[in-house]
Amino acid sequence: MGIDFELLHKIKGVIECPNPDKDITRFDANLRLFPPFIDNDVCPLTIKNTILQSCYLRNTEWACGVAVYTGNETKLGMSRGIPEPKLTAMDAMIDKLTGAIFVFQIVVVMVLGIAGNVWKDTEARKQWYVQYPIEGPWYELLVIPLRFELLCSIMIPISIKVSLDLVKSLYAKFIDWDAEMIDYETGIPSHATNTAISEDLGQVEYIMTDKTGTLTENRMIFRRCCISGVFYGNESGDALKDTKLLNAVAGGSPDVVQFLTVMAICNTVVPIKSKTGAISYKAQSQDEDALVNAAAQLHMVYANKNANILEIRFNGSVIKYEVLEILEFTSDRKRMSVVVKDCQTGKIVLLSKGADEAILPYAFVGQQTRTFIEAVEQYAQLGLRTLCLAFRELREDEYQEWSLMFKEASSTLVDREWRIAEVCQRLEHDFEVLGVTAIEDRLQDGVPETIETLRKAGINFWMLTGDKQNTAIQIALSCNFISPEPKGQLLLIDGKTEDEVCRSLERVLLTMRITSSEPKDVAFVVDGWALEIALKHYRKAFTELAILSRTAICCRVTPSQKAQLVELLKSCDYRTLAIGDGGNDVRMIQQADIGVGISGREGLQAARAADYSIGKFRFLKRLILVHGRYSYNRTAFLSQYSFYKSLVICFIQIFFSFISGVSGTSLFNSVSLMAYNVFYTSVPVLVSVLDKDLSEGTVMQHPQILFYCQAGRLLNPSTFAGWFGRSLFHAIVVFVITIHAYAYEKSEMEELSMVALSGCIWLQAFVVALETNSFTILQHLAIWGNLVAFYVINWIFSAIPASGMYTIMFRLCRQPSYWITMSLIVAAGMGPVLALKYFRYTYRPSKINTLQQAERMGGPILTLGNIEPHPRPMEKEVVSPLQISQPKNRNPVYEPLLSDSPNSSRRSLGSGAPFDFFQSQSRLSSSYSRNCKDN
Amino acid sequence: MTDTDRGTQRDRDSAFSLFTQQSLPACKPVLTPEWVIMTFLFIGFIFIPVGLVTLRASHSVVEIVERYDIGCVPEPFRIDKVSYIQDDSIPKNCSLSFKVPKYMKAPIYIYYQLENYYQNHRRYVKSRSDKQLLHGQNEHGISSCQPVEVNNDRPIIPCGLIAWSLFNDTFTFIRNRAELKVNRKNIAWKSDREHKFGKNVYPFNFQNGTLIGGGKLNPTIPLSDQEDLIVWMRTSALPSFRKLYGRIEKDLDVDDVVVVHLMNNYNTYSFGGKKKLVLSTTSWLGGKNDFLGLAYVFIGSSSVTIAVVFTLLHLLSPRH
Repeated sequence: MGIDFELLHKIKGVIECPNPDKDITRFDANLRLFPPFIDNDVCPLTIKNTILQSCYLRNTEWACGVAVYTGNETKLGMSRGIPEPKLTAMDAMIDKLTGAIFVFQIVVVMVLGIAGNVWKDTEARKQWYVQYPIEGPWYELLVIPLRFELLCSIMIPISIKVSLDLVKSLYAKFIDWDAEMIDYETGIPSHATNTAISEDLGQVEYIMTDKTGTLTENRMIFRRCCISGVFYGNESGDALKDTKLLNAVAGGSPDVVQFLTVMAICNTVVPIKSKTGAISYKAQSQDEDALVNAAAQLHMVYANKNANILEIRFNGSVIKYEVLEILEFTSDRKRMSVVVKDCQTGKIVLLSKGADEAILPYAFVGQQTRTFIEAVEQYAQLGLRTLCLAFRELREDEYQEWSLMFKEASSTLVDREWRIAEVCQRLEHDFEVLGVTAIEDRLQDGVPETIETLRKAGINFWMLTGDKQNTAIQIALSCNFISPEPKGQLLLIDGKTEDEVCRSLERVLLTMRITSSEPKDVAFVVDGWALEIALKHYRKAFTELAILSRTAICCRVTPSQKAQLVELLKSCDYRTLAIGDGGNDVRMIQQADIGVGISGREGLQAARAADYSIGKFRFLKRLILVHGRYSYNRTAFLSQYSFYKSLVICFIQIFFSFISGVSGTSLFNSVSLMAYNVFYTSVPVLVSVLDKDLSEGTVMQHPQILFYCQAGRLLNPSTFAGWFGRSLFHAIVVFVITIHAYAYEKSEMEELSMVALSGCIWLQAFVVALETNSFTILQHLAIWGNLVAFYVINWIFSAIPASGMYTIMFRLCRQPSYWITMSLIVAAGMGPVLALKYFRYTYRPSKINTLQQAERMGGPILTLGNIEPHPRPMEKEVVSPLQISQPKNRNPVYEPLLSDSPNSSRRSLGSGAPFDFFQSQSRLSSSYSRNCKDN
Repeated sequence: MTDTDRGTQRDRDSAFSLFTQQSLPACKPVLTPEWVIMTFLFIGFIFIPVGLVTLRASHSVVEIVERYDIGCVPEPFRIDKVSYIQDDSIPKNCSLSFKVPKYMKAPIYIYYQLENYYQNHRRYVKSRSDKQLLHGQNEHGISSCQPVEVNNDRPIIPCGLIAWSLFNDTFTFIRNRAELKVNRKNIAWKSDREHKFGKNVYPFNFQNGTLIGGGKLNPTIPLSDQEDLIVWMRTSALPSFRKLYGRIEKDLDVDDVVVVHLMNNYNTYSFGGKKKLVLSTTSWLGGKNDFLGLAYVFIGSSSVTIAVVFTLLHLLSPRH
């Protein structure tokens, strides 16, 4: 405002600002200064005048300001909030199982409570030594049920929460530590911000990905341009080396010069001069950076910016411009403009750049825009990003009049954004279009492979981008997103009106239904406009389409549309993962079940909002297939095991109550019970975080195996029923053997209870050992060390005269019958389990078992061809994917589990096609999870 | 290779980094047919012999079990046994006689066996005070003894249902008209005598109430020497149990006739319990108990069967 330093402290004024809110992109306030400065002149204050809390100042020594909001009322403080806790599908399942166990517990308590009261009245009153009072108060009836409630309260393992939290944070640490997910270019490691949802990574069904900066490097390079109908850079692929253009620049062709001027000026770039005189640019947008740099190479050097005065050097001469207004870029307007005044001629010019549909329709009447449209299309087909550049000379009075409106709009407190957009619209018309720039954005390393692998893993990809349709399709083709004709087919949903969109949608849906049985890779493409209409009016049809389609490309979509699409898929009970890198992806990332941010060039906004941040898109493969899958498998085991061990001890207590007059006596003393839950049984299982059923390499080569996680095959009511049955069986084994081996003169309470407890501990050790796929030294330590620790701890207790179990453990360990009983319990308990496991493993193997065998026996997976499909009857809802079998005539090479050849697999499947398999998976898994929700 | 390179190399191989990269060397066992079949065969070949040895040990034990609770009630009282046992005026003398079926080597353990007697009932198990048993007069620590904690406002020592219901049948053994000496010392656990029951704690106010439970205690003998009480207070976890009464330290020959004179004091009639007298020798495994041996033979032979089945399966339908 041009106030001297010395006077700064004398300023008095008022800032009119809105109530604190959390929108960090807006700050619509006004500043009024009191005399003697500027009397009652309203200065609009926007977010540009604001420094947010915990920001760093760069490129400036100091800033002078007023604290507007403080403490928790700052924008960051307000937006911090409590993020909505994300619950993994697995946690939801565990909660459901816990609920089921709770109901079971209540039933048991009620049955035993009633039985106890009946027994009390019929038997116990006769037992003079128990001295039941003949008549008791009515609440005596509740005593026995409450006793049983106490006994059965251990049925729901409390330790599971602690164990799960511990292992989950370890999963997150493994992601942080993973050396293979460090971006060596920047040295940024991957990071799991949300430590609680690693299992969900293994259950992802849909990935919604941003394009720019996520699939591509977001390193923009100016490649081609079209100025006034002349194409530059078409031969060499690099306009900067095109002699035609260089000559035109040298010759001072007015169109070209004007074009370069727009390239150089129409932006928010700040040039910084280093001490050596070299100029570097600080740009918020990579596109602008590319354009300014390209202009500089074409001798139009944006040299300096001093307040509002810009300095451009062109062919040795210096041209100065005064920036009058900047009409900011917004994703709705899709263009940005500057109004500048040529300091020499005094002419006022509007310079604009923007998306073709935001510029070309506003060309002045009579300008032929066909070549530009062609240029845009041509560039887009090459996967280049296009921008149209345009300008218009303004009359002095026109500008003045508009300027007032703009100022007023800029200082409104309500709906400022919308008002500004409206005012800008009044200026941005009748353009003289100068040309089209084409900027290349290279694909990141490993993107096609990553997408291919993840698609094989049965994950559906949706690309949500703000870019043009053609650019998006080109990128999609080049990164294996969609297959080229004839294997793939693109279905377009477009239309400007409701009817058109409706018709288009129905057509696509019809095609999709027909082709869903064909081995064709069908994807649909929709643009933001049609999407808006489809989501608003034809949500049901669009949802059906979304479920049918494995691949979709949504272009020209806004951040909120991205979030809506995620919401749509989530509402269909799909596990969604959103990955993006920029601020425009934040909403989608927060909305999705799992948000992954790429800490890329567009800053850390997305990475901060995300649950996981990775350096490069290709790490996603490892994140899902390795970390997600292992986390899922490990948690599946850990949670079910936790239930199993609690149930074993609880069943023994229940059985004991049948021989203790249904009175609710606890067989085990309280110390043993507590130590059993928190120590003896939870330590060995914690090391299951190191368990690997398959090596990382095998999983990467056979990503289809992820299906087991996606469909929830390792943790569902039927697997849980298996563990429930096992706990019942083991409880019977321990109980029956104990009471028979320690009958009559040996039936002393403390001894018998310790025999039963050690029987349980021995079984636990062998159960964990049997369920462990890979033993590291830590596993051995935990499993067998725990067994030793059990004896050491009990010896210590047995050495304390005051404890109830004084001398018990020494006494037992001296008896040969104790050790004979232990080995009997282990053999009787584990023998059937081992036999069953071996039988399944060998004669009814799951794909995981097959891969395990192949991996460990060495050699390629030759055996896969001979595996017969074995539907497991107990898991009806997920039967059909198992029927995927290898045709017998496969050539014995290392190949994925599934056939790529439609004919052969169709023969074996009936309707099979490679991705029909995936479709059925996702259908099944979704119907499965829906079933669960209904329950 | 520079120094830092070597440093990072070393770092990469360090145990912690192997852990962080989840690449600790691991052994991955596979359930191969050979391994599984061998395991089952191994279990079979270990368990069957062990089972046979265990069975032999159990069979080497000579055991005489005589039920006496009904036989000891004179015919006229058989209709209402409860009033018989509760009537103090009727003498409770009774005698049994049996023939020794096999040579019994000393020491011969004498047990009394109670059946359908719930020493593990919750009300019963809890009704004791370990503190009082060890330290004596303690008015505060006896609330756990309900409903038998005080009588006439004075605490009972030993308090609680367990002590109150002390078993009080007594047995004397006669062989060939000569009394067989029964050693009733050291029948309780040494640790109990020394650390659980006080040397200076004497029974007090015991069985003085209106409701008389089981046996009485000599108030001049400290609890640590009241071995019958100590044995009784080691409650049993099962409703049928044996408790040690004493030892006969002489061998009994085949066809020796042993006459037992007993006082049938203890009331098991009201709840249909059984009382038995057991004479038993021991082996390295303890008393007579065929269960372990039979279970071992069963598990062993099932293992062999499973091994055979798996072998056949493996041979008939090879996986490769």
